[in-house]
Amino acid sequence: MMSSLHRHPRVRLGLLLGPPILWLGVAYLGALAALFVTALWSQNSFTGVIEREWTLDSFRTLFTVEVYRTIALRTIGVALLVTLIDAVVAFPIALYMSKVARPGLRRFLLVAVLMPLWASYLVKAYAWRGMFAEGGLVSSMFEAVGLKSPGFGLTATVVTLAYLWLPYMILPIYAGLERLPDSLLEASADLGAKTPQTIRRVILPVVVPAMVAGSIFTFSLTLGDYIAVRIVGGTNQLLGNVVYDNVGAANNLPFAAAVATIPVVVMLGYLAAVRRTGAMESL
Amino acid sequence: MTSLGEQVTTQTPPDTAAAVSLRGLRKTFGEVAAVDGVDLDLAEGEFFSMLGPSGSGKTTVLRMIAGFEEPTAGRILLGGVDVTERPPYARDVNTVFQDYALFPHMSVLQNVEYGLRVKGVDRRSRRTRALEALETVRLEGFGDRRPSQLSGGQRQRVALARALVNRPKLLLLDEPLGALDLKLRREMQLELKALQRDVGITFVFVTHDQEEALTMSDRIAVFNGGRIEQLAGPAELYEHPASAFVAGFVGTSNLLEGDVAAAVLGTPGLFTVRPEKIDMHTRDAAAGPGSCTATGVVREVVYLGSATQAVVDLDAGGSLIVLQQNRSVQDQLAHRGAQVRLTWRREHTVEIGGSA
Repeated sequence: MMSSLHRHPRVRLGLLLGPPILWLGVAYLGALAALFVTALWSQNSFTGVIEREWTLDSFRTLFTVEVYRTIALRTIGVALLVTLIDAVVAFPIALYMSKVARPGLRRFLLVAVLMPLWASYLVKAYAWRGMFAEGGLVSSMFEAVGLKSPGFGLTATVVTLAYLWLPYMILPIYAGLERLPDSLLEASADLGAKTPQTIRRVILPVVVPAMVAGSIFTFSLTLGDYIAVRIVGGTNQLLGNVVYDNVGAANNLPFAAAVATIPVVVMLGYLAAVRRTGAMESL
Repeated sequence: MTSLGEQVTTQTPPDTAAAVSLRGLRKTFGEVAAVDGVDLDLAEGEFFSMLGPSGSGKTTVLRMIAGFEEPTAGRILLGGVDVTERPPYARDVNTVFQDYALFPHMSVLQNVEYGLRVKGVDRRSRRTRALEALETVRLEGFGDRRPSQLSGGQRQRVALARALVNRPKLLLLDEPLGALDLKLRREMQLELKALQRDVGITFVFVTHDQEEALTMSDRIAVFNGGRIEQLAGPAELYEHPASAFVAGFVGTSNLLEGDVAAAVLGTPGLFTVRPEKIDMHTRDAAAGPGSCTATGVVREVVYLGSATQAVVDLDAGGSLIVLQQNRSVQDQLAHRGAQVRLTWRREHTVEIGGSA
């Protein structure tokens, strides 16, 4: 058996790659195809039965009913904001970890960044709910300086999501900075640049691809999220909630599928845009 | 030992401050003293080399002059001004790094302009000066390329241009030729030397290659264990090594010591003879007056092209390396097991002052 496999490298390759390719093809791309096909069907509004005839009704509803347009734009806005906050917060942390901290502290910080990923999503989201709730940490801090707490809403959603996805931004930037030789920073200082100039002219340009790589995670994870907004978002809805409600309560699978294509299309556009920055090589 | 060798081209008035002065410089990493008390005075316009094996502290000294490392003790003066506490960007010093450290996201021209740009020199004059600097290192027309599109030798020139465009008082070079192949390296050695003569800037050159140091330098400091073993011009260093370490590190170590020295030279002590000063004869040849002589057996022969190197085990004990120019096609003495007599002039026996 073994020797015949040696003599037939193609058979060996087929046996090795067959199952994973089947998995990728059927379970992954197949499901995506099924999503698009379903989006082009319709639902009998009286019986609730899916009618398998080609129609653009679901997309028409999506683009003409204003509330869906608002939700789509709101979702994209939240995703952009979360990405921006993560980039701004992650950069100094990653910079400190990779270029300033001694090896021992660096390991500790790396574990500290990774640790929240081991905890349950729900636990972390509810922790923020507790903080944003009346009498919680956030509201009491706001009240202490005489401000009104933002309470549950989009602000809380953005903060919570930015917290949840922060490690996905720190790690690529950290990896990108690790690849940046220290001698470049020394050369910059040697040529007369003060630290802010070095950051702006040497570190940031080299790190931008890594940042974009991180943003792919933060952006796409936010686009698909519907739990955090349920927990801390008050009455606000994101695209994920619309999908969830239409699959569940309304049982309108074609419309849910149509809504779900929006993040996919946005993400494809985003990936096409960032491909030019060389971020794909930083993943 | 601090007097300049005869090869120094630039005249330095005696009352001006030295280009660089190091006073009792020390640097410890944990328990280890990388630099253990270095005092130096470099003259304006001098080509100065710091030579030593890896871990001898030469690079650490360079990095302290540049400001990348903070000395544990001691002072650094540039042109008489104490800069020990100053950060790298506030020192009139530029460095050519071992890995060149070119900015990968900038073009060659932008790399060269960088120093002028961060100092706020206006666009037009920084462009003019950068193009001039590229011309100096013979890289006209390469300005638009990325560093990744250049060969090792070209990158090296860019790094040089990027440093020189700032017209520093002092240029530090950290084994800049280490990554180049031998032929290119020899070319660059001569080019660097010529360039230094043209621009008149003080060069501090770190290398572990003794030949490189001898070729280019006005003076050389040989480092060992964080200290300077000897500070001298190339010829002085080669002909009169101050210690067994210097004799071994600069050139081939040919030591005669103790009983062997007593048997061959008539006095015990520590002596060295350079391999090319020794002649090899048949055993029955007579040694002339004023010559030292020793008999032995050839143990090993290495053909080097222009010369042949033989290792001769002396009858008195120990061994000597002999280097003979290959003037004739064959030399019947240069084979293993040959019985030979070695002779050299008495004045070529150099007594080593330092400890063994």
